[in-house]
Formats: sequence, C-alpha cells, structure tokens
Amino acid sequence: MTAQEEKVTTLAELPEPIARFIDETRDRPNADSYLVAVLQMIQKHFGYLPAGALNTVSQKMQIPAAKVTGVATFYHFFTFVPKGKHTVSVCMGTACYVKGAGILVDRLKDLLGIRQIGHASKDGQFTLEVARCVGACALAPVLIVDDKVYANVRPDELPKILSKYGFKPKAE
Amino acid sequence: MATPKDKVLQMRRGAVMRLFESKFQNPTRITVGSATCENAAGAGAVYDAFAELLSKPGAPKVALGRVGCTGRCDLEPVVSVIAQGHIPVKYVKVTPARAEKIVEQHIRGGKIVDEFTMRHVANLPMTGKVVGVCGGMHCRQGQGIREAFLRGVEEQGLKEQVAVTTSACFGLCERGPNAFVYPDGVLYQKLTPEKVAKIVEKHLKGDRPVAECAWGGKRIANRFLPLYGDEAFFGKQLRLTLRNCGVIDPESLDEYVAVEGYDALARVLTEMSPKQVVDAVVKSGLRGRGGGGFPTGTKWQFAASQKADQKYMVCNADEGDPGAFMDRSTIEGDPHTILEGLMIGGYAIGANQGYVYIRAEYPLAIKRLERAIADARAAGLLGRNILGSKFDFDIELRLGAGAFVCGEETALLKSIEGSRGMPRPRPPFPTTAGLWGKPTVINNVETLANVPVVIIDGPEWFASLGTAKSKGTKVFSLAGKVNNTGLVEVPMGTTLREVVYDVGGGIKGGKAFKAVQTGGPAGGCMPAAALDTPVDYDSLAAAGSIMGSGGMIVMDEDTCMVDVARFFLEFTQDESCGKCTPCREGTKRMLEMLERITKGQGQEGDVEKLLRLADTVKKASLCGLGQAAPNPVISTIKHFRDEYDAHIREKKCPAGVCASLVTYSVIPENCTGCTACARKCPVKCIDGAPKKAHVIDQEQCIRCGQCLAACKFDAILRK
Repeated sequence: MTAQEEKVTTLAELPEPIARFIDETRDRPNADSYLVAVLQMIQKHFGYLPAGALNTVSQKMQIPAAKVTGVATFYHFFTFVPKGKHTVSVCMGTACYVKGAGILVDRLKDLLGIRQIGHASKDGQFTLEVARCVGACALAPVLIVDDKVYANVRPDELPKILSKYGFKPKAE
Repeated sequence: MATPKDKVLQMRRGAVMRLFESKFQNPTRITVGSATCENAAGAGAVYDAFAELLSKPGAPKVALGRVGCTGRCDLEPVVSVIAQGHIPVKYVKVTPARAEKIVEQHIRGGKIVDEFTMRHVANLPMTGKVVGVCGGMHCRQGQGIREAFLRGVEEQGLKEQVAVTTSACFGLCERGPNAFVYPDGVLYQKLTPEKVAKIVEKHLKGDRPVAECAWGGKRIANRFLPLYGDEAFFGKQLRLTLRNCGVIDPESLDEYVAVEGYDALARVLTEMSPKQVVDAVVKSGLRGRGGGGFPTGTKWQFAASQKADQKYMVCNADEGDPGAFMDRSTIEGDPHTILEGLMIGGYAIGANQGYVYIRAEYPLAIKRLERAIADARAAGLLGRNILGSKFDFDIELRLGAGAFVCGEETALLKSIEGSRGMPRPRPPFPTTAGLWGKPTVINNVETLANVPVVIIDGPEWFASLGTAKSKGTKVFSLAGKVNNTGLVEVPMGTTLREVVYDVGGGIKGGKAFKAVQTGGPAGGCMPAAALDTPVDYDSLAAAGSIMGSGGMIVMDEDTCMVDVARFFLEFTQDESCGKCTPCREGTKRMLEMLERITKGQGQEGDVEKLLRLADTVKKASLCGLGQAAPNPVISTIKHFRDEYDAHIREKKCPAGVCASLVTYSVIPENCTGCTACARKCPVKCIDGAPKKAHVIDQEQCIRCGQCLAACKFDAILRK
C-alpha cells in the first residue's frame, strides 16, 4: 500500500469542494441522484476511487455503502487502482479500429511493459487504457495522452509521442 | 405589455448592434473552426497564432472568432477569411506558419494564398461563379433547367468562369424549379428555359442579378450556402440540424439570437397553446433521430395527456456508438439550439425541468452547454417566468460515466437517478412513468435541434422534405476509408451511393468499396449491391441494417468482415449490463465463436450455430442493446458468407487482417538486404546477410507485422 492510499483509507473528511457540493445538493429534490457526480469528482481528485472515500460518501450522502459500491463498479469510468502519472488511451471506436488502433495497443503494451489494460507501468509513469469512441473518427486512429488528442497516429510515432511525457525508449 | 416575441425581437436588435460594433464593421473577419476534432488537428495553436499576429502594433483591423464544426474533418483545421465584397476564402490544414503567411499575403497584401485554399487542396474547379441547380424531386422533373444553364453558359463562352452543378433540395419546392448562384447568394425561382437564358446573359455574364426572377424570402437552411464554396462536399447536403454549425460562434448567445435563435421559443410562448405545439410536431412527421425512429409528436402527445404534478424533458446526448460524432458536433457547434428544443418540448408536454444526459468523454461539449445554460439563464431565457410568459423551465446537466447501455432510455433514466444504469422492461413507457416515476419525454440531440426548424419554417414545409415516411434530413458522421470524412447532413431519401461517392468523394487510395456500416453496434454492414438503398428508416431496415444514430463507416477491400463482426460483438459483450441472460450469455458465446473463427479454429456448422444463437438473443433480450447486438453478425453472414467460409474451410483471411491466418514472406526481387526488418523482428526469425535477400522462418514467426512496417522497399508480402 502506498503512502497516499494509506492516508486516504483513514480519511474522515472528503476534499473540501466535494464536501461542499454534497452539502449544497442535500436539500434539493432527489438528492441521492448526485451520487454519480460526486464519484466523478472524487475520481478527478485522486485519479481513482479510494475505498475510504466511498465509505465517507455513503455516510455523508446517507446512501447504503452497498449501493455506492454497486454504482461505482457499474460504470467503466471508475477505477479502483491508482493511476500512473500520465494516462495513455487508445480510442477503440470502429473508425479507429478499422484504421489499426489494435496495432497501437499492442505496440504500447510492448513499449511500456504493461500487460493488462487499465494498469500502470512499473515506474508509475503511464497507465494504458482503451477508450470508447471519442468521436474524432475522421482523424482515426487517435491516441489521447492526458487531455491531448493525437490524430492519425502511426505505430512508429509512438516512442516520439511518449517521449514528450518523459518516456525513455529502451536501447535497441 | 411586451410579449415574449417582442422581447426576443428586442434582444435580437441588441445582439445585432453589439455584433455589428465588435465584428461586422470590421472590413475583414477570420473564423477558426474549434470543435474537438479541429482542436486535435491543432486549431488551438492556429487561433493563438492569429491572435498574436493580429495584436501586433500596426496589424490590420480584423475580427477574429471561433466557430463550431465546419464539417470537413479531413482538411482541418479550417480557417475562413470573410472580407466585405469578396468571396469567402477557406483555408485548410492551417498551421501557425501558414497563419503568418495568410496574414501577410492575404490580409495585408490582398492576395489570396492560393496553395492553402480548399479549392486548391481539394482540387475543386477554379471558377468565378457556381450555379447550383436544385436536384430535389420536384425540380428535377423534366424541366431541363440544368441543361438550359449548361447550354447558355456554353453559348455565351463562359465555360471558364461559371460551373453548373446539381445541388441538394433547397426545400422551396412550391416555387421550383430553383437555382442558386454562388457567391452572389441569389436564389432564382420558378425557372423556365427563357428565364434561364436571361439570367445567363444578365447575371452570369453581365454580373447584374435579375431581380424579377429572384426569391426574396429566406429559409434558415439556406444561410449556410453562401458561406461555403465547397460545392463538391456541400452540394448534396441540406443543413437543418447543422444550420448554425460552422457559421456562428457557439459560445456567444448574441450570435445565436442574431440568426433567429430563440425565435421559435418566443413564437411558441406568444402564439401557441401546448396542444398546438404538439400538433405541429405531429404534422411535421419528425421521427426520433437517435435511431429508433419513433414519431416525436406521438411521444409528446403521450406525455402531454398524462396528469401529473411533475413531468420531465430529457435530452439524450449519450452518444455511445463507436464511429458516431454527430451529437457532439451539434452541441459543440450550436448548443443553444438544444436548449431551445428542450424548452419547447417542456412547454408542449407541461414539464418545467429538463436534463441533458451527456457523456463525460465530451469535455468541450459539456463546457459549451454549461456556458449556454448560464448565458440563457442570465438573459431570462431559462428559469422562472421565461420572457414574462409565466412559463418556468430549467435545465441541468448530468454526466454519464462510460456505460454504453445508458443510451437505452430506461437505463438512462436510472443513471440520472444516480443508480446503476440498467434497463427495465417496458411498458410502462417513460412517457407514463419515467424519472422518479413521473411522465418523461426522452429525445435525442438531433431530434431536439430539428424542433425550432419545425416551428419557424412550419410543419408543412418540414413534411415536404424527405420521403413518404421519413421527413426532413439526417446527419451522418462519415468516417472510415473514404476521401472526405466529416459531418454530413442530407435529405432523407438520398442514396448511400450519393453519400459515399458524391459527398464522401469515393474510397481512399482508389481501392475497392466493400461495405458501409450504419447504426453502430446495433446496425449492419451493407455491401456494394445495396448502395442504391435510399437513406430512410424503413429502407435501411429492409436492407438488414438500421438508420441508427448516424454513424456511417466506409470499409474497403482491406477490411475483414468477420473481424468487423467480432469487433462489434466484443463491444456489446463488454457493454452488456448483465441483467438478462440472453444478452449476457448470448453475446459472450457468439464472441467466443467468432474469435475461434478468426483464429482459424472454426468448424463446419459454426455459421449455422451463430445464426441460431443470434436469433435467440434478438428475440429474448430485455432491451435494445441485446435485441440489436446480433445485427452485425447476421448482416455480415448474409452479405459476406464467402469470407466466413474462407476462414473456416481454407483457414485464410481474404483481407489479410486476422493475425493468426496471415503469413509474412519476403519478395526476393524487391529485397535489397538492408536488414531493417531483421533488426526490428522481436523473435529474430528473419535470416539473411546484408545486401542479400532475406528469408522469414515461418515456424518461429509470431505474425506481429513489424517487418512489414519496417520495410521501405515493399519487399514483405502479407497474405
């Protein structure tokens, strides 16, 4: 368990803006409908959903922990493993797939030494993900690193793109 | 007392004044496309470059602005330079360096940088004027107008200066035949060969429009035409949903109001009862654009007839189909239209709360919607007592969290309520019991964007477009292996061939067309023989596909249809929510069978098994996701059975896609012995001395294809 995780599991209070959001929405009609939004804020803050934060949400929003967990595990967007510093997503929409996105994924797994999609590289620098269609189909295949979209990506360009984020290719 | 109509009119005067001061009194305007894909292509840097160049001391006075999607995705970023009294010029694939040259040579020097223009890049004819003769059903009927123009142009010796093309229906059938002269923006009506002769002589040659033949009114759809000289791409299109996309600045309420924005809302609140609004939508024949094609007016009728203390309007912007980006582009290009459509719907059914359920994957669209909601609220267009009409309506955004099934309406409602997004059986339909058990109407983005058009231009006019049962237009996101990828809006009834070959410009690299996929994971693949199918709900369904939300992906000879079926099944299997067994288990087993076939382990009879299971999943699944999941399998088997047989019997992938069935070998004549492939090979199975032809050891080869990528001499054969 990393130091950050340790801190979070024993966390009694949520980060201030999130706690405030829960307080603000508490008296609105159907207040528990903001659960997904709250989870999204937590994920944005920590990069993943720490178990401790889920319990706090359950208490603060008065929603059973079972339901909070149920919702959190249902949506692809949420993850329970800490992410690498940068997130590399390959769009796997139809247009990207037809134009070779599968090859990009294989090359990235190779380059970053990541076996499973959704996991981080050993040095904690990169998480590899496959994205649902990002709707930039005319630029297929596309690669998204953090918030930046790279268009018409060829497999041989990958090391160069990654090197902008501190990736050092293995010597051949 | 001022009516809502007066108030919007007043608002428009203010907006136009402000725009005039900030923008239109400048002799020149520059607009930069700024949708998600344009930004990915580098539009942000280009905008910044222009901003910097134009802020330097002594820089020419130019109004710089952003617009939404300009439709021409393969040529992005697109920059338009609109100078008073000149033809608008579109520059394509603009970079910061090109921006500098455009400012220097065009803005300062007054000389168009020809090599960067769309006409140059897209290889369009260089002509002074373009005559677009309406190609709609009514105008086409044997009047010989196009021929008359061609003859006249020939006789007057204007062939170099004037191009005559066929254009999409202008929707002015009652005054047809029509023709439009670009760039002058003159629309001629009720044409006869005699009138044409006069127009050719006076206008095309003498440059003086013939006033007595010109049409004075304006349709919102036509505003688009003068801005685009790109006849090849836009000629067959008719833009209703996208009427403002690429034309106005999506982050400016003023710009929307200036182009008849919120006019429909004002008219509804001033002159129409809720029932009249519902009746108008029924009469227009508008059907749901999310794919199902349910008549929108009927849906509104159901909800309006319910008695309840609370009703809801929901906009479904959970555009999850891979390969679809129509809704994102519409929202990014014209967010206020969606809000206006929602409000009109709310008024019609008696709801005062609206939700927009949008994918979290669309940050720019979310940002623009948030901005639009805040601006509308500040202007009194949203909230309590809208425009003094005693009608209350507010809109909230709800973000999806990456679950495809949430595009299904009952699952979407669950997700808005903050639960797991799982569908439930219908009835009761959401119009009876929707959000928190209250009557709820769920409309797709594109459907709502059509509502203001129906109100402003009238249901009769809307119903005059399209085919007998499918009215209006449909937006498609054209992608895949086609020359002009982009956002396309065509009248219903346009054939697939026209979309792929005329608008799309044919297949990339001159390869052979294999199939066009419509409807995403719920749709089907249609072969070359089905290219003349008209695009409307019923014809596409009869051809074994569906209209779907509008993704249209073109596939060429290098696409393996078995692999495509496997790809979609992998998607639906992963996205199945797991609630009902046929979908959860059925998609999984179908996927396993397809995986076996693509690995060369298929057996005789597998195809029949697949079809049997597909039928069960289709009939027994709970919601649309499962019911439609087998469609890609069924349609590829129906049209491309030979490819399945090749995989199963010959253990070959004819398109050379399925990795396990492909072999790589060296073509000795082409090999120069440069050793590039041998150095790249991860298993070191390529043998050969430098400058001698290499050989691949088939036993050890893992078929990764890196040798093919490394070879610069076309010496690796993939079979």
